[in-house]
Formats: sequence, C-alpha cells, structure tokens
Amino acid sequence: MTVESGRGAALAAEGRLPAERVALVDLLDRLLAGGVVVAGDLVLSIADIDLVRISLRALIASVREADVVGPELGYEEREHEPYG
Amino acid sequence: MGERDDHGGQGVYLYAVTGDLGEDGRREGLTGILGAPVQVIGHRGLLAHVSRVPLDRFGEEPLRRHLEDLDWIEGVARAHHHVVETLAEAVPTAPVRLVTVYSGEEQVRGLLDRRHADFAAVLARVAGRREWGVKAYVKPDAAALEPGGGPTGGSAAGAAGAAADSPGTAYLRRRKASLRSRQDLWRAAAERAERLHAALETVAVAARRHRPQDPRLSGRTDWMVLNGAYLVDAGREEEFAAVPASFREEGIDVEITGPWAPYSFTELPAETHGDVPPEASP
Repeated sequence: MTVESGRGAALAAEGRLPAERVALVDLLDRLLAGGVVVAGDLVLSIADIDLVRISLRALIASVREADVVGPELGYEEREHEPYG
Repeated sequence: MGERDDHGGQGVYLYAVTGDLGEDGRREGLTGILGAPVQVIGHRGLLAHVSRVPLDRFGEEPLRRHLEDLDWIEGVARAHHHVVETLAEAVPTAPVRLVTVYSGEEQVRGLLDRRHADFAAVLARVAGRREWGVKAYVKPDAAALEPGGGPTGGSAAGAAGAAADSPGTAYLRRRKASLRSRQDLWRAAAERAERLHAALETVAVAARRHRPQDPRLSGRTDWMVLNGAYLVDAGREEEFAAVPASFREEGIDVEITGPWAPYSFTELPAETHGDVPPEASP
C-alpha cells in the first residue's frame, strides 16, 4: 500500500541502487526460488513465500508506472525467453 | 493460530540441514534471525539448524504485513544467509527455503525422519561442490551506435535517399531502423547467452536458470540475457571461471558471483527412485 508506493518512489528516484542491494537481488533469486521446500507441521506454510514474490512484483510494477523510460523491447523479449 | 505450544509463542525457524559429522556440525556462537542463537536438532545422522522466533512477528498474520516491506525481507534474508553460508563453508549443507517455521522441535524431528533419504541424497549431491552464479548482460545502447545518419555532412552514402525525405519521414525511417537493430541485437545476444549457458553446463555438474533480474532491483539497465546458477566440482572451478573469457570478447558483459551455498540445487528428489545423473543436457 503506502509502503509500496513509498518504496517504489524511492527506488525510482535513486535510479541506481547501492552495491549492497545488488547482492540482495542475487540473494533473493536463491532464497525465494531455491532451498529445500518442505511441507507438513509448519506454522507458516511455504505457500506464504509466493506472497513475497507477488509483493515484490507489485512493488516493481509500481516503480515501472512511475517511470516509463524502461526498455520496453527488452522486457517484451525477456517475457518470451524460455526459462526452465 | 490455533495451537500455542510449550514455547510460549515461539516458533522454530529452520535454516538448513547438514549431516551429523560430530562436533563439526555445531557452530559455536552462530546467531540467526533477531540475533537468536542457532541450535541443532539431531536425528538419525542429520542435524537441523534452527533458532527460536517470536510468533507475534513470524506468525502468519504479522508475516503477511511484513512481506510488503523490502527492508524487512532484506533483514531476514541476510540473517538466513549468514547462517547457511557459515555452515556451507564447513560442511555439505542443504539450505531450506526462506521463512520455514515449525511450531516445535518435535515437528522438525518428524521432518528429518520422514525425509531422511531425500536429505541424504541432496547432501551427497552437493558434497565437494559449490554453486556459482553467472550473469550476462548486453548494452541496449549498442543498437544506437548506428543512428541512421547524423545531421552533419559526413554520411554521403545515405544522403541521396534521405535528402528527398521530409524530416518526419526521415525520423520514422531512423526510428524503424533503430528498432529493428535493437531487435536484432537482442536476438544475437540471446543466442550468445544460450551458447554461454551451454558451455558452462559442460563444466558444471548441474545448472539452473533464474529469472532475469529487474533493472530496478539490480540497478543495471543493461539487458540481462543470462541469470544462471551452476553447481561445480571443487576441482573444476578454475576451468569453470575460464569459460566466459571468449564470450566477453564477443561483447557480452559476464559477471560471476559466488561461491554460494547450493541454494539452487536442493530440490528434494521425487518420491520415485531419482537416480538419474544430471549430466544429460538438452
């Protein structure tokens, strides 16, 4: 909500993120898409992790709306990239 | 939020599973999320590395709110990573997905019991190997190197046609050419990235491609054409690191990250006998 738009605006304003963030992005690739997924007897179901992805995507989308200078072609082509 | 067990609103956060290799498995002074000490739960030759987390912050409802906050996610991710990395530097480690919280130790023991063979298989697969990340980029503005003739008198060859055009037509022509060259550039770059990935795969034991990172999170506006993860034998790391050289000469910017704990290679084998070697590449 407001958190998202606030963060989105901050990201857009910064344009480039500090090195610390770059590493975070590599880390999130692994922490949100890797690691052993287990089920059963959990307080928190793993399905909640999908929320993280959705949440981050929403955040990114809000950044994009605020700043439409992005390489449209690049995004389009990327969507069609076959990722296994 | 039904049952509150005997830990008074505490959950058990699971970071990773390792083999029980005696004292080696226990890291003195290792702390995890919210600075809590990391403890081990041993069962049938496996160790689960856990710490206590308060359920008023890691219960389902508070978590839902926190997931909107990138700073919060970063804090948890870095604490999680610190524990996993510390373990993986010392022993074969199976990292567990971010934010896996159990209600008590018994449930964790149950997991180690139920999935014992699967964890053992993952640990055997990652032993003596490390994960490396390889990211490849091309610069989209390389397409703009050929702007379709500048206004100054240098471009004699193209001047004949352009002279007849109105400024508007000339602009559209340039724009079309520029779009086409961007598309060509993208295709060429994607094709080179495929070859890079294939070359890396031949040295790696296993490979996996992550989604391209969003420029707003990565801070890079170049096109990301490869975001790969590779599990590499300790003895072949130099060979692996040498693969990108020829691709760099072709104009791709290749970045290697790592070594990482084997986050991208911990899929538990399917319940069937999953003994197919991962070397068969498409």
